[in-house]
Amino acid sequence: MTTPLLSLQGLTKAYPGVVANDQVSFDIGEGEVHALLGENGAGKSTLVKMIYGLVKPDSGTMLLRGQPFAPPEPRAARADGIAMVFQHFSLFDALNVAENIALGMENPPAMGDLAARIREVSETYGLPLDPYRTVGDLSAGERQRVEIIRCLLQDPKLLIMDEPTSVLTPQEVDILFETLNKLRSEGTSILYISHKLEEIRTLCDHATILRLGKNVGECVPSETSARDMAEMMVGSTLQTPERSGREFGEVALDVSGLSVPSPSEFGTALKNVHLTVRKGEVLGVGGVAGNGQDELLGVLSGEIITAPDAIKFNGQPIGKLGPTARRKLGVLTAPEERLGHAAAPDMSLTENALLTGSVREGLENNGFLKWAETKSFAEKIISAFDVRTPGPENAARSLSGGNLQKFVIGREVLQNPDVLVVNQPTWGVDAAAAASIRQAILDLAAKGTAVICISQDLDELMEISDSFAALNEGRLSAPRTTTGLTVDEIGLMMGGAHGMEVAHV
Amino acid sequence: MDLSAINPVLLVASLMVAATPLLLAAIGELVVEKAGVLNLGVEGMMIVGAISGFAISVETGSPWLGFIAAAIGGAVLSLLFVLLTQVALANQVASGLALTLFGLGFSALLGQSYVGIKPPSMGDIHIPLISDIPVIGPILFQHDPILYVGIALTAAVWATLKYTRVGLILRAVGENHDAAHALGYKVIKIRIMAILFGGACAGLGGAYISLIRVPQWTEGMTAGVGWIALALVVFASWKPWRALLGAYLFGGITVLQLNLQAAGVAIPVEYLAMSPYIITILVLVILSADKSSAPASLGRTFHASH
Repeated sequence: MTTPLLSLQGLTKAYPGVVANDQVSFDIGEGEVHALLGENGAGKSTLVKMIYGLVKPDSGTMLLRGQPFAPPEPRAARADGIAMVFQHFSLFDALNVAENIALGMENPPAMGDLAARIREVSETYGLPLDPYRTVGDLSAGERQRVEIIRCLLQDPKLLIMDEPTSVLTPQEVDILFETLNKLRSEGTSILYISHKLEEIRTLCDHATILRLGKNVGECVPSETSARDMAEMMVGSTLQTPERSGREFGEVALDVSGLSVPSPSEFGTALKNVHLTVRKGEVLGVGGVAGNGQDELLGVLSGEIITAPDAIKFNGQPIGKLGPTARRKLGVLTAPEERLGHAAAPDMSLTENALLTGSVREGLENNGFLKWAETKSFAEKIISAFDVRTPGPENAARSLSGGNLQKFVIGREVLQNPDVLVVNQPTWGVDAAAAASIRQAILDLAAKGTAVICISQDLDELMEISDSFAALNEGRLSAPRTTTGLTVDEIGLMMGGAHGMEVAHV
Repeated sequence: MDLSAINPVLLVASLMVAATPLLLAAIGELVVEKAGVLNLGVEGMMIVGAISGFAISVETGSPWLGFIAAAIGGAVLSLLFVLLTQVALANQVASGLALTLFGLGFSALLGQSYVGIKPPSMGDIHIPLISDIPVIGPILFQHDPILYVGIALTAAVWATLKYTRVGLILRAVGENHDAAHALGYKVIKIRIMAILFGGACAGLGGAYISLIRVPQWTEGMTAGVGWIALALVVFASWKPWRALLGAYLFGGITVLQLNLQAAGVAIPVEYLAMSPYIITILVLVILSADKSSAPASLGRTFHASH
C-alpha cells in the first residue's frame, strides 16, 4: 500500500471538563475524498483545527507523506499544502474579494496580477467572481466561492471543507461537487465534514465517524445506507417524527403585499411578500441564508413595524404592534441566533424564561416580578424538553447549543401560541434533539397552532411542513403543497444556481 | 474694527501651525481605530508627551531630543492601555478615560519645576530661493520641521493602509478579529503595535504644543485637543486625508477667530471661541454622510478561544 497523504495517529485534545478528541487515528489517501462524520460536539472541528495548526494536540502524531507534521500555526500548515474552507466564513465584509483572498495567502502577488489570477481560476472551476466587489454585498454562495478560490490559488494537497453545503441551494451543491470531483481527479485530497449523509454517499470515497471525541467506525459511504451511518453517529436507533393527518382550520395569519427595507447595512429588503397560514398548518420557508429570513422573522415578531394592514392575525391588523403586544395576542416567535437574540447569554434560564413568558404566563404583577412562578415555568421547560442543565439558575451561556435551542423552542411551545414562528429551529442541534424539537412543533400544529418554520435545512422542511415557499432576494415564492415536491423544483423556487455554471473541462 | 490688520499670508501660515498638534494626534488614533481599538486616552498621552518633550529639551537644550522623548513618553503611557485592554482584557472605554485622567495628573506632577521656563527654539526651515518666493514661500516653505513630519506621516499612513500588506492586515484585524485569527494573524500583537504608534503620535502632538505652538509649560495646556482629535477621526470616516482637511479647517477657524477678536469684530467673544468646534463638526458630518463606516471590530475585546 502506498503512503497516505496524511496519517493521524492517536490524536488527543482535552479541554477543561471535556475530552474533545480521544485517541483519534485515520489515514487520508492521495486524491481521496474523505468524509468526517459526527454529531455536533463530536470533536470534528477540534480535529481539523489541529490539522490546520489552530490548536495543538495534547498527544498523538500526524504524518504528512510519511514525514512528521506538527504545524505550530495556520501559516505553517498552509505552507505544507493544507487549505481550509471554514464553516462560519472567515471573511472581512468591508474589504473586497481580492483583498480577502490576499489575506489568506503567504506571498500574494500585486493586486492587479492577483485579480487576473482570481478571474482565471474562477472561470476554470465554474465559480464566477468579480475580484473588486465588496464581500459584504455578496450572497452566501458567493462568499463560499471566495473561500474556495482563496484555497485553490495555493495549489493545496489537502483541502478541508467544514460543512460547505449548509448555505447552498441544491443546484449550487451540484456545481460544488463538480468542482470537488475535478480537484480529486487532479490529485487533491479533500477532508469533507458534514452531517448531510446523502451528500456524503454521493461524493466521498471513505468516511470516518466520530462520536464523543472517539473514532467509532469507518465505512465506504456508497456501500452503507444513510440510516446505518446516522445510527453509528448517534449510537442508538433514530426516531422519525410522526405526522398525523389533520384538518386545517381558518386562516390564522395573513400577510399581504408586505415590503420593508432591511434594518441592517448588508441585509435584504422584503419585497411584496404574501403568505397565509391556517390553524394547524405548518408552512415551511426555505431559501439560502441572507435572502430575507431575518427580516421576515423581524416583521412577524414585531421587531420591525409595518403598515397595520400588512399583517393580520385572525382578521385583526397587527402590523403596527410591537413584540409584547403580539405575544399577548398569541403570536410568538423564536429567532435563529440563540445567544443574543433568542436568549440573553449571561442571564439565568429563569430570567430568560421571564423575558418572553411574562405576558402570557402572568409572571408579573403591576411591574413586580413573580420569581417563584417564573422558576417553576423554567423548570417546566427544562423537564418537558429534556434540557440538560443542573438547574434553572444556570446562565444561558453555559448550556451547549443544542440544549439551549431546546430551551428556547420549549419556552415558546409551552406558552400555547396561536401562531408560532421559528427560524432555524434545529440549527447546530444533534439528530436526537432535532427529532424531539420537530416532534414538538408537529404536536403543537396538531393542537391547532399555525406554525411558520423558516429553515435552511430542506430535509427538515420536507419532514414537518404541509406547504413550502422559498425566499429569494427578499421575495417569497407562492406556497406549494409539500407532498410530491421534488428537489429540483425546490431548487428553482430558491432561485436556481445564482449564476453559477458547471466546471469547464 | 479694522479687518485690514489681518494678514492673509500670516493667517494661512499660522493655521498650519495651529492644526499640526491635532493632525498628529488624529493620525495616530486613526491607525489605532483601524486596528479595532478605541483608545480614549489621547488627551492623556498628548499632555504626557507635552511635558516629557518640554522637560527633555530644556534639560538637554535640544528640541529634537525633546520630540523623541515626547514620542517615547506617549508610547510608554499607551503601554499602560495595552496592559489593561490587551493583556488584562479590560473595557477599552473605561481604560481610555482612566488613561486621560492619569496622564493629566501625572504631567502636572512632572511639570511642577518647569512652569515659566522658555524652551529652546527649534527654528524654521529656510531653503534659499524657494522660501523667499512671495506669498507661497511664507505659507509653504518657512515652517518648523515637525509640521512637515505631520504631513509626511499623513501621506505615509494613507499609502500604508491602502497599498501595503501591513496595512491590509491591520484593516483586517480591525474589521473581523476572529477571522484574522483563524487565518493565523497575531491579533493582539498587531493591536499592541498600533496602540504604541498611536501613543507616540499623540506624544509628538502634545510636544508640538509645548515646544513650538505656545511655547511654554502650563498644566492642562492641551486643553481638549485630544478629544477633538478623537472626534475628528470619526467625522473623517477613518480616512487620513480627510483627517488632515478637518485638522486644517479647525486650525484655520481657530486662528481666524483669534484674528477677528483682535480686530474687534462686533461678535461676542464666546461665539467666536466656539466657532471652530461647530464649523469643523458641521463640515465633517456632511462629508461623512457617505457609505464608509467604522471598523466592524472597533472597541470589541478580542479573546482567542478554540
